[in-house]
Amino acid sequence: MNAADVNAWFVREVLPLEAGLIRFLSRRWRNQKDVEDLLQDVYMRVYEAAQKELPHPARPFVFTVARNLLINRSRREHVVAIQSVADVDLLNVFDEEPGPERNVMAREELVRLQEALDQLPPRARQAVILRKIEGLSRREIAERMGITEQTVNRHLTDGMYALTEHLWGKP
Amino acid sequence: MSEPSAHDIKSLAAEWRDRKDREDWSAEDEAALDGWLKQSSAHMIAYLRVDAAWSRADRLSALRGSTPRREPPPAPRATRSRPIFFRIAAAAVVLGVAGYAATTLLAPHPKWQAYATQVGGSETIRLPDGSRIELNTNTVLRTELSAGHRFVALEKGEAYFDIVHDAQRPLIVQVGKQRIVDLGTQFSVHRDESHLEIKLVEGRAQLESETGAKLALLTPGDVLVKRGPSLTVTRKTERVLSDELSWRRGMLTFLHTPLSDVARELNRYNREKIVIADASVARLTMNGAIPATSVSAFVNTARDVFGLKVETRGQNIVISR
Repeated sequence: MNAADVNAWFVREVLPLEAGLIRFLSRRWRNQKDVEDLLQDVYMRVYEAAQKELPHPARPFVFTVARNLLINRSRREHVVAIQSVADVDLLNVFDEEPGPERNVMAREELVRLQEALDQLPPRARQAVILRKIEGLSRREIAERMGITEQTVNRHLTDGMYALTEHLWGKP
Repeated sequence: MSEPSAHDIKSLAAEWRDRKDREDWSAEDEAALDGWLKQSSAHMIAYLRVDAAWSRADRLSALRGSTPRREPPPAPRATRSRPIFFRIAAAAVVLGVAGYAATTLLAPHPKWQAYATQVGGSETIRLPDGSRIELNTNTVLRTELSAGHRFVALEKGEAYFDIVHDAQRPLIVQVGKQRIVDLGTQFSVHRDESHLEIKLVEGRAQLESETGAKLALLTPGDVLVKRGPSLTVTRKTERVLSDELSWRRGMLTFLHTPLSDVARELNRYNREKIVIADASVARLTMNGAIPATSVSAFVNTARDVFGLKVETRGQNIVISR
Protein backbone atom coordinates (compact mmCIF):
# COMPACT_ATOMS: atom_id res chain seq x y z
CA MET A 1 0.00 0.00 0.00
CA ASN A 2 1.05 3.53 -0.68
CA ALA A 3 2.04 5.32 2.55
CA ALA A 4 -0.22 8.32 1.95
CA ASP A 5 -3.22 6.01 1.49
CA VAL A 6 -2.47 4.14 4.68
CA ASN A 7 -2.12 7.40 6.60
CA ALA A 8 -5.36 8.80 5.23
CA TRP A 9 -7.15 5.52 6.01
CA PHE A 10 -5.79 5.52 9.55
CA VAL A 11 -7.01 9.06 10.24
CA ARG A 12 -10.39 8.43 8.65
CA GLU A 13 -11.20 4.94 9.96
CA VAL A 14 -9.11 4.23 13.04
CA LEU A 15 -8.68 7.44 15.03
CA PRO A 16 -12.45 7.93 15.42
CA LEU A 17 -12.53 4.58 17.29
CA GLU A 18 -10.14 5.83 19.96
CA ALA A 19 -12.59 6.68 22.75
CA GLY A 20 -14.28 3.29 22.41
CA LEU A 21 -10.93 1.54 22.25
CA ILE A 22 -9.72 3.22 25.44
CA ARG A 23 -12.90 2.14 27.17
CA PHE A 24 -12.47 -1.39 25.89
CA LEU A 25 -8.88 -1.59 27.12
CA SER A 26 -9.42 0.00 30.50
CA ARG A 27 -12.36 -2.23 31.32
CA ARG A 28 -10.29 -5.29 30.67
CA TRP A 29 -6.93 -4.34 32.06
CA ARG A 30 -6.31 -3.97 35.73
CA ASN A 31 -3.50 -1.42 35.76
CA GLN A 32 -4.88 1.77 34.24
CA LYS A 33 -1.39 3.20 33.90
CA ASP A 34 -0.76 0.73 31.05
CA VAL A 35 -3.73 1.78 28.93
CA GLU A 36 -1.98 4.57 27.03
CA ASP A 37 0.84 2.21 26.03
CA LEU A 38 -1.56 -0.60 25.19
CA LEU A 39 -3.41 1.78 22.88
CA GLN A 40 -0.15 2.65 21.17
CA ASP A 41 0.59 -1.06 20.66
CA VAL A 42 -2.83 -1.64 19.13
CA TYR A 43 -2.32 1.30 16.79
CA MET A 44 1.11 0.05 15.71
CA ARG A 45 -0.18 -3.42 14.93
CA VAL A 46 -3.11 -2.05 12.98
CA TYR A 47 -0.92 0.42 11.12
CA GLU A 48 1.62 -2.23 10.22
CA ALA A 49 -1.06 -4.66 9.05
CA ALA A 50 -2.51 -1.91 6.86
CA GLN A 51 0.78 -1.61 4.96
CA LYS A 52 -0.08 -4.88 3.23
CA GLU A 53 -3.78 -4.41 2.85
CA LEU A 54 -6.29 -1.96 4.28
CA PRO A 55 -8.50 -3.98 6.64
CA HIS A 56 -12.14 -3.55 5.79
CA PRO A 57 -14.29 -2.97 7.73
CA ALA A 58 -11.87 -1.33 10.15
CA ARG A 59 -13.79 -1.55 13.41
CA PRO A 60 -13.96 -5.30 14.03
CA PHE A 61 -10.38 -5.65 12.87
CA VAL A 62 -9.13 -3.00 15.32
CA PHE A 63 -11.02 -4.52 18.26
CA THR A 64 -9.81 -8.00 17.44
CA VAL A 65 -6.24 -6.73 17.46
CA ALA A 66 -6.92 -5.13 20.86
CA ARG A 67 -8.41 -8.33 22.24
CA ASN A 68 -5.50 -10.47 21.06
CA LEU A 69 -3.02 -8.03 22.52
CA LEU A 70 -4.73 -8.23 25.92
CA ILE A 71 -4.78 -12.01 25.85
CA ASN A 72 -1.08 -12.22 24.95
CA ARG A 73 -0.19 -9.69 27.60
CA SER A 74 -2.08 -11.46 30.35
CA ARG A 75 -0.41 -14.76 29.42
CA ARG A 76 2.96 -13.09 29.52
CA GLU A 77 2.31 -11.44 32.86
CA HIS A 78 0.75 -14.55 34.40
CA VAL A 79 -2.41 -12.81 35.36
CA VAL A 80 -4.40 -15.01 37.73
CA ALA A 81 -6.56 -17.75 36.32
CA ILE A 82 -9.87 -15.99 36.71
CA GLN A 83 -8.78 -13.22 34.39
CA SER A 84 -8.21 -15.61 31.52
CA VAL A 85 -11.58 -17.16 32.19
CA ALA A 86 -13.05 -13.71 31.95
CA ASP A 87 -11.28 -13.37 28.61
CA VAL A 88 -13.80 -15.79 27.16
CA ASP A 89 -16.23 -12.96 27.42
CA LEU A 90 -14.15 -10.76 25.20
CA LEU A 91 -15.42 -12.81 22.30
CA ASN A 92 -18.85 -11.31 22.71
CA VAL A 93 -17.61 -7.80 22.79
CA PHE A 94 -19.01 -6.70 19.47
CA ASP A 95 -22.58 -7.40 20.46
CA GLU A 96 -22.20 -6.19 23.96
CA GLU A 97 -20.71 -2.84 23.31
CA PRO A 98 -21.19 -0.97 20.06
CA GLY A 99 -19.29 1.91 21.69
CA PRO A 100 -19.62 5.56 20.91
CA GLU A 101 -19.25 5.79 17.15
CA ARG A 102 -17.52 8.96 16.36
CA ASN A 103 -17.60 9.49 12.66
CA VAL A 104 -19.09 12.76 13.63
CA MET A 105 -20.73 15.33 11.47
CA ALA A 106 -18.93 18.61 11.04
CA ARG A 107 -21.23 20.37 13.45
CA GLU A 108 -20.77 17.90 16.25
CA GLU A 109 -17.07 18.02 15.64
CA LEU A 110 -17.11 21.75 16.12
CA VAL A 111 -18.86 21.23 19.44
CA ARG A 112 -16.20 18.72 20.46
CA LEU A 113 -13.41 21.06 19.45
CA GLN A 114 -15.00 23.81 21.44
CA GLU A 115 -15.28 21.52 24.45
CA ALA A 116 -11.64 20.61 24.04
CA LEU A 117 -10.76 24.27 23.87
CA ASP A 118 -12.76 24.99 27.02
CA GLN A 119 -10.72 22.46 28.96
CA LEU A 120 -7.30 23.88 28.14
CA PRO A 121 -5.36 25.73 30.82
CA PRO A 122 -6.22 29.45 30.49
CA ARG A 123 -2.94 30.63 28.89
CA ALA A 124 -2.77 27.77 26.40
CA ARG A 125 -6.41 28.33 25.60
CA GLN A 126 -5.85 32.00 24.91
CA ALA A 127 -2.87 31.24 22.67
CA VAL A 128 -4.84 28.68 20.66
CA ILE A 129 -7.78 31.06 20.26
CA LEU A 130 -5.51 33.85 19.03
CA ARG A 131 -3.78 31.51 16.60
CA LYS A 132 -6.69 29.46 15.28
CA ILE A 133 -9.68 31.75 15.66
CA GLU A 134 -8.17 35.22 15.37
CA GLY A 135 -5.46 34.02 12.97
CA LEU A 136 -2.68 36.06 14.59
CA SER A 137 1.00 35.29 13.98
CA ARG A 138 3.13 34.03 16.85
CA ARG A 139 4.79 37.40 17.21
CA GLU A 140 1.42 39.14 17.41
CA ILE A 141 0.26 36.64 20.01
CA ALA A 142 3.40 37.28 22.06
CA GLU A 143 2.71 41.02 21.98
CA ARG A 144 -0.94 40.62 22.77
CA MET A 145 -0.26 38.32 25.72
CA GLY A 146 2.82 40.16 26.91
CA ILE A 147 5.04 37.08 26.83
CA THR A 148 8.00 35.89 24.72
CA GLU A 149 7.51 34.01 21.47
CA GLN A 150 9.15 31.04 23.09
CA THR A 151 6.46 30.93 25.74
CA VAL A 152 3.81 31.28 23.05
CA ASN A 153 5.33 28.23 21.36
CA ARG A 154 5.16 26.29 24.58
CA HIS A 155 1.51 27.20 25.16
CA LEU A 156 0.63 26.26 21.59
CA THR A 157 2.42 22.90 21.86
CA ASP A 158 0.59 22.18 25.13
CA GLY A 159 -2.68 23.30 23.58
CA MET A 160 -2.10 21.09 20.55
CA TYR A 161 -1.38 18.09 22.76
CA ALA A 162 -4.46 18.58 24.94
CA LEU A 163 -6.72 19.30 21.98
CA THR A 164 -5.55 16.07 20.32
CA GLU A 165 -6.18 14.00 23.44
CA HIS A 166 -9.65 15.42 23.85
CA LEU A 167 -10.71 15.25 20.23
CA TRP A 168 -9.84 11.56 19.79
CA GLY A 169 -9.80 10.15 23.27
CA LYS A 170 -12.66 11.58 25.31
CA PRO A 171 -16.00 9.78 25.20
CA MET B 1 17.58 1.99 28.50
CA SER B 2 13.84 1.84 28.73
CA GLU B 3 11.68 2.56 25.71
CA PRO B 4 10.00 5.94 25.53
CA SER B 5 6.40 5.76 26.75
CA ALA B 6 3.45 6.45 24.49
CA HIS B 7 3.07 9.70 26.38
CA ASP B 8 6.63 10.78 25.57
CA ILE B 9 6.12 10.02 21.89
CA LYS B 10 2.88 11.99 21.78
CA SER B 11 4.62 14.98 23.41
CA LEU B 12 7.40 14.83 20.83
CA ALA B 13 4.86 14.61 18.02
CA ALA B 14 3.10 17.73 19.31
CA GLU B 15 6.45 19.48 19.53
CA TRP B 16 7.24 18.58 15.90
CA ARG B 17 3.84 19.62 14.68
CA ASP B 18 4.12 22.93 16.47
CA ARG B 19 7.58 23.59 15.06
CA LYS B 20 6.31 22.96 11.56
CA ASP B 21 3.75 25.69 12.12
CA ARG B 22 6.46 28.28 12.90
CA GLU B 23 7.78 30.80 10.42
CA ASP B 24 11.40 29.64 10.62
CA TRP B 25 10.60 26.04 9.54
CA SER B 26 13.29 25.08 6.99
CA ALA B 27 14.06 22.32 4.50
CA GLU B 28 16.53 20.83 7.01
CA ASP B 29 13.80 20.76 9.62
CA GLU B 30 11.53 19.00 7.16
CA ALA B 31 14.22 16.37 6.54
CA ALA B 32 14.76 15.91 10.27
CA LEU B 33 11.03 15.41 10.81
CA ASP B 34 10.97 12.91 7.99
CA GLY B 35 13.78 10.97 9.63
CA TRP B 36 11.97 10.94 12.96
CA LEU B 37 8.76 9.68 11.36
CA LYS B 38 10.60 6.85 9.63
CA GLN B 39 12.18 5.64 12.88
CA SER B 40 9.04 3.96 14.14
CA SER B 41 5.40 3.57 13.23
CA ALA B 42 4.64 4.78 16.75
CA HIS B 43 6.15 8.14 15.75
CA MET B 44 4.15 8.23 12.53
CA ILE B 45 0.89 7.41 14.28
CA ALA B 46 1.41 10.00 17.03
CA TYR B 47 2.16 12.59 14.37
CA LEU B 48 -0.87 11.71 12.23
CA ARG B 49 -3.00 11.96 15.34
CA VAL B 50 -1.86 15.44 16.38
CA ASP B 51 -1.72 16.69 12.79
CA ALA B 52 -5.30 15.61 12.05
CA ALA B 53 -6.56 17.19 15.28
CA TRP B 54 -4.71 20.43 14.66
CA SER B 55 -5.96 20.71 11.07
CA ARG B 56 -9.50 20.09 12.22
CA ALA B 57 -9.07 22.85 14.75
CA ASP B 58 -9.13 25.23 11.76
CA ARG B 59 -12.88 24.80 11.94
CA LEU B 60 -12.75 26.75 15.18
CA SER B 61 -12.38 29.86 13.05
CA ALA B 62 -16.12 29.46 12.48
CA LEU B 63 -16.43 30.79 16.03
CA ARG B 64 -14.75 34.07 15.16
CA GLY B 65 -16.70 36.96 16.63
CA SER B 66 -18.44 34.86 19.22
CA THR B 67 -16.67 34.42 22.51
CA PRO B 68 -16.14 30.73 23.12
CA ARG B 69 -17.81 29.53 26.27
CA ARG B 70 -15.65 29.11 29.30
CA GLU B 71 -18.12 26.91 31.14
CA PRO B 72 -19.10 23.60 29.64
CA PRO B 73 -22.85 23.48 29.15
CA PRO B 74 -24.77 22.54 32.31
CA ALA B 75 -26.77 19.84 30.56
CA PRO B 76 -24.91 16.64 31.37
CA ARG B 77 -23.83 14.19 28.71
CA ALA B 78 -26.29 11.80 30.27
CA THR B 79 -29.08 13.26 28.19
CA ARG B 80 -27.65 11.81 25.03
CA SER B 81 -27.16 8.24 26.01
CA ARG B 82 -29.50 7.58 28.90
CA PRO B 83 -33.01 6.30 28.46
CA ILE B 84 -33.96 6.99 32.04
CA PHE B 85 -32.60 10.44 32.51
CA PHE B 86 -35.39 12.55 33.86
CA ARG B 87 -36.11 15.91 35.35
CA ILE B 88 -38.36 16.31 38.30
CA ALA B 89 -40.43 19.36 39.05
CA ALA B 90 -38.67 21.32 41.76
CA ALA B 91 -41.63 21.32 44.11
CA ALA B 92 -42.08 17.57 44.09
CA VAL B 93 -38.47 16.93 44.89
CA VAL B 94 -38.26 19.49 47.65
CA LEU B 95 -40.91 17.52 49.48
CA GLY B 96 -38.90 14.37 49.05
CA VAL B 97 -35.85 15.63 50.86
CA ALA B 98 -37.04 16.64 54.26
CA GLY B 99 -34.52 18.53 56.31
CA TYR B 100 -33.26 20.41 53.34
CA ALA B 101 -36.58 21.84 52.29
CA ALA B 102 -35.99 25.15 54.07
CA THR B 103 -32.76 26.08 52.29
CA THR B 104 -34.11 24.82 49.01
CA LEU B 105 -37.20 26.95 49.17
CA LEU B 106 -35.14 30.02 49.96
CA ALA B 107 -32.82 29.54 47.02
CA PRO B 108 -33.79 31.83 44.13
CA HIS B 109 -34.22 29.18 41.44
CA PRO B 110 -33.35 25.80 42.74
CA LYS B 111 -32.48 23.65 39.76
CA TRP B 112 -33.03 20.03 40.56
CA GLN B 113 -31.97 17.30 38.28
CA ALA B 114 -32.39 13.64 38.90
CA TYR B 115 -30.32 10.82 37.48
CA ALA B 116 -30.85 7.10 37.65
CA THR B 117 -29.10 4.00 36.43
CA GLN B 118 -30.62 0.59 35.92
CA VAL B 119 -29.25 -2.67 37.25
CA GLY B 120 -25.90 -3.12 35.48
CA GLY B 121 -25.84 0.48 34.25
CA SER B 122 -23.38 3.28 34.92
CA GLU B 123 -23.33 6.97 34.22
CA THR B 124 -21.00 9.93 34.58
CA ILE B 125 -22.38 13.36 35.36
CA ARG B 126 -20.21 16.39 34.74
CA LEU B 127 -21.15 19.43 36.75
CA PRO B 128 -20.57 22.92 35.37
CA ASP B 129 -17.91 23.55 38.05
CA GLY B 130 -15.76 20.72 36.65
CA SER B 131 -16.73 18.17 39.31
CA ARG B 132 -17.69 14.68 38.23
CA ILE B 133 -20.03 12.14 39.74
CA GLU B 134 -19.95 8.53 38.56
CA LEU B 135 -23.08 6.51 39.21
CA ASN B 136 -22.76 2.79 39.75
CA THR B 137 -25.44 0.15 39.12
CA ASN B 138 -29.03 0.67 40.30
CA THR B 139 -28.50 4.15 41.67
CA VAL B 140 -30.71 7.21 42.03
CA LEU B 141 -29.20 10.59 42.71
CA ARG B 142 -30.38 14.19 42.54
CA THR B 143 -28.37 17.34 42.23
CA GLU B 144 -29.25 20.88 43.11
CA LEU B 145 -26.79 23.55 42.11
CA SER B 146 -27.08 27.26 42.48
CA ALA B 147 -24.74 30.19 42.82
CA GLY B 148 -24.89 29.74 46.58
CA HIS B 149 -24.63 26.03 47.15
CA ARG B 150 -24.00 22.59 45.75
CA PHE B 151 -26.17 19.84 47.05
CA VAL B 152 -26.54 16.20 46.07
CA ALA B 153 -28.89 13.60 47.50
CA LEU B 154 -28.00 9.94 47.08
CA GLU B 155 -31.36 8.21 47.22
CA LYS B 156 -30.01 4.73 46.69
CA GLY B 157 -27.06 2.84 45.28
CA GLU B 158 -23.47 3.96 44.92
CA ALA B 159 -21.62 6.90 43.44
CA TYR B 160 -18.06 8.15 43.15
CA PHE B 161 -17.49 11.86 43.65
CA ASP B 162 -14.56 13.77 42.21
CA ILE B 163 -15.22 17.24 43.50
CA VAL B 164 -13.59 20.52 42.60
CA HIS B 165 -13.24 22.27 45.93
CA ASP B 166 -14.91 25.58 46.54
CA ALA B 167 -14.60 26.89 50.09
CA GLN B 168 -17.57 29.22 49.56
CA ARG B 169 -19.71 26.41 48.26
CA PRO B 170 -18.77 23.08 49.80
CA LEU B 171 -20.52 20.17 48.16
CA ILE B 172 -22.95 18.46 50.48
CA VAL B 173 -24.07 14.90 49.92
CA GLN B 174 -27.20 13.94 51.78
CA VAL B 175 -27.45 10.22 52.51
CA GLY B 176 -30.50 9.31 54.55
CA LYS B 177 -30.27 11.45 57.61
CA GLN B 178 -26.53 12.06 57.40
CA ARG B 179 -24.67 14.57 55.35
CA ILE B 180 -21.19 14.39 53.94
CA VAL B 181 -19.49 17.72 53.56
CA ASP B 182 -16.62 17.69 51.10
CA LEU B 183 -13.48 19.54 51.96
CA GLY B 184 -11.97 19.07 48.48
CA THR B 185 -12.13 15.39 47.75
CA GLN B 186 -12.61 12.21 45.83
CA PHE B 187 -14.76 9.66 47.57
CA SER B 188 -17.41 7.03 47.00
CA VAL B 189 -20.67 6.57 48.86
CA HIS B 190 -22.73 3.40 48.88
CA ARG B 191 -26.01 2.94 50.68
CA ASP B 192 -28.49 0.11 50.86
CA GLU B 193 -31.26 -0.84 53.27
CA SER B 194 -28.95 -1.70 56.10
CA HIS B 195 -25.79 0.34 55.81
CA LEU B 196 -23.89 3.36 54.57
CA GLU B 197 -20.31 3.11 53.39
CA ILE B 198 -17.94 5.94 52.48
CA LYS B 199 -14.51 5.41 50.95
CA LEU B 200 -12.26 8.40 50.90
CA VAL B 201 -9.62 8.46 48.17
CA GLU B 202 -8.27 11.99 48.21
CA GLY B 203 -8.64 15.14 50.29
CA ARG B 204 -10.91 15.30 53.32
CA ALA B 205 -14.62 14.99 54.03
CA GLN B 206 -16.74 15.23 57.10
CA LEU B 207 -19.77 13.19 58.06
CA GLU B 208 -22.45 15.09 59.95
CA SER B 209 -25.60 13.94 61.67
CA GLU B 210 -29.08 15.27 61.09
CA THR B 211 -28.48 17.94 63.70
CA GLY B 212 -25.18 19.00 62.23
CA ALA B 213 -23.03 17.23 64.83
CA LYS B 214 -19.69 16.03 63.50
CA LEU B 215 -19.63 12.25 63.36
CA ALA B 216 -16.27 11.73 61.69
CA LEU B 217 -13.57 13.48 59.71
CA LEU B 218 -12.24 11.24 56.96
CA THR B 219 -8.79 11.34 55.40
CA PRO B 220 -7.39 9.34 52.44
CA GLY B 221 -7.67 5.57 52.84
CA ASP B 222 -10.47 5.80 55.38
CA VAL B 223 -13.46 3.53 54.94
CA LEU B 224 -16.42 4.39 57.10
CA VAL B 225 -19.24 1.94 57.67
CA LYS B 226 -22.40 2.95 59.47
CA ARG B 227 -25.04 0.39 60.42
CA GLY B 228 -27.84 1.84 62.51
CA PRO B 229 -26.18 3.69 65.35
CA SER B 230 -22.81 1.90 65.08
CA LEU B 231 -20.05 3.55 63.13
CA THR B 232 -16.60 2.19 62.33
CA VAL B 233 -13.70 3.67 60.40
CA THR B 234 -10.92 1.49 59.06
CA ARG B 235 -7.87 2.43 57.04
CA LYS B 236 -7.11 0.69 53.74
CA THR B 237 -4.13 0.89 51.41
CA GLU B 238 -4.41 2.74 48.14
CA ARG B 239 -4.19 -0.55 46.25
CA VAL B 240 -7.03 -2.19 48.15
CA LEU B 241 -9.17 0.91 47.80
CA SER B 242 -8.53 1.09 44.07
CA ASP B 243 -9.52 -2.58 43.72
CA GLU B 244 -12.71 -1.94 45.64
CA LEU B 245 -13.51 0.96 43.34
CA SER B 246 -12.78 -0.96 40.14
CA TRP B 247 -16.52 -0.83 39.33
CA ARG B 248 -15.68 2.62 37.98
CA ARG B 249 -14.08 0.75 35.06
CA GLY B 250 -16.82 -1.84 34.91
CA MET B 251 -14.78 -4.46 36.76
CA LEU B 252 -15.13 -6.16 40.13
CA THR B 253 -11.90 -7.15 41.83
CA PHE B 254 -11.70 -9.84 44.47
CA LEU B 255 -8.94 -10.83 46.83
CA HIS B 256 -9.50 -14.01 48.83
CA THR B 257 -13.19 -13.17 48.74
CA PRO B 258 -15.70 -15.85 49.82
CA LEU B 259 -17.99 -16.88 46.95
CA SER B 260 -21.00 -15.75 48.96
CA ASP B 261 -19.65 -12.19 48.93
CA VAL B 262 -18.68 -12.42 45.26
CA ALA B 263 -22.23 -13.54 44.44
CA ARG B 264 -23.78 -10.75 46.50
CA GLU B 265 -21.61 -8.19 44.74
CA LEU B 266 -22.38 -9.52 41.25
CA ASN B 267 -26.09 -9.62 42.05
CA ARG B 268 -26.05 -5.86 42.45
CA TYR B 269 -25.19 -5.56 38.75
CA ASN B 270 -27.27 -8.24 37.10
CA ARG B 271 -30.87 -9.27 36.76
CA GLU B 272 -29.93 -12.92 36.85
CA LYS B 273 -29.19 -13.68 40.48
CA ILE B 274 -26.59 -16.10 41.70
CA VAL B 275 -27.69 -18.26 44.59
CA ILE B 276 -25.09 -20.19 46.55
CA ALA B 277 -26.88 -23.30 47.73
CA ASP B 278 -24.68 -24.53 50.56
CA ALA B 279 -22.39 -23.12 53.18
CA SER B 280 -19.33 -25.13 52.14
CA VAL B 281 -19.53 -23.53 48.69
CA ALA B 282 -20.03 -20.09 50.16
CA ARG B 283 -16.74 -20.39 52.02
CA LEU B 284 -14.59 -21.03 48.92
CA THR B 285 -12.56 -17.94 48.08
CA MET B 286 -11.66 -16.33 44.81
CA ASN B 287 -9.04 -13.92 43.44
CA GLY B 288 -9.08 -11.82 40.30
CA ALA B 289 -11.15 -9.38 38.33
CA ILE B 290 -14.32 -9.98 36.33
CA PRO B 291 -16.55 -7.65 34.33
CA ALA B 292 -19.40 -6.56 36.63
CA THR B 293 -22.08 -7.44 34.12
CA SER B 294 -20.64 -10.82 33.20
CA VAL B 295 -22.43 -13.47 35.22
CA SER B 296 -21.07 -16.03 32.78
CA ALA B 297 -17.44 -15.27 33.72
CA PHE B 298 -18.30 -16.14 37.31
CA VAL B 299 -20.38 -19.16 36.44
CA ASN B 300 -17.64 -20.54 34.19
CA THR B 301 -15.12 -20.16 36.99
CA ALA B 302 -17.40 -21.90 39.45
CA ARG B 303 -17.88 -24.79 37.07
CA ASP B 304 -14.44 -25.10 35.48
CA VAL B 305 -12.12 -23.97 38.25
CA PHE B 306 -14.00 -25.05 41.36
CA GLY B 307 -15.84 -27.99 39.73
CA LEU B 308 -19.22 -26.91 41.09
CA LYS B 309 -22.69 -27.72 39.82
CA VAL B 310 -24.53 -24.91 38.04
CA GLU B 311 -28.29 -24.96 37.53
CA THR B 312 -30.53 -22.29 36.04
CA ARG B 313 -33.93 -21.88 37.69
CA GLY B 314 -35.80 -18.98 36.16
CA GLN B 315 -33.87 -15.80 37.02
CA ASN B 316 -31.71 -17.67 39.51
CA ILE B 317 -28.47 -19.50 38.89
CA VAL B 318 -28.01 -21.99 41.66
CA ILE B 319 -24.49 -23.11 42.51
CA SER B 320 -23.89 -26.19 44.61
CA ARG B 321 -21.48 -29.10 45.13
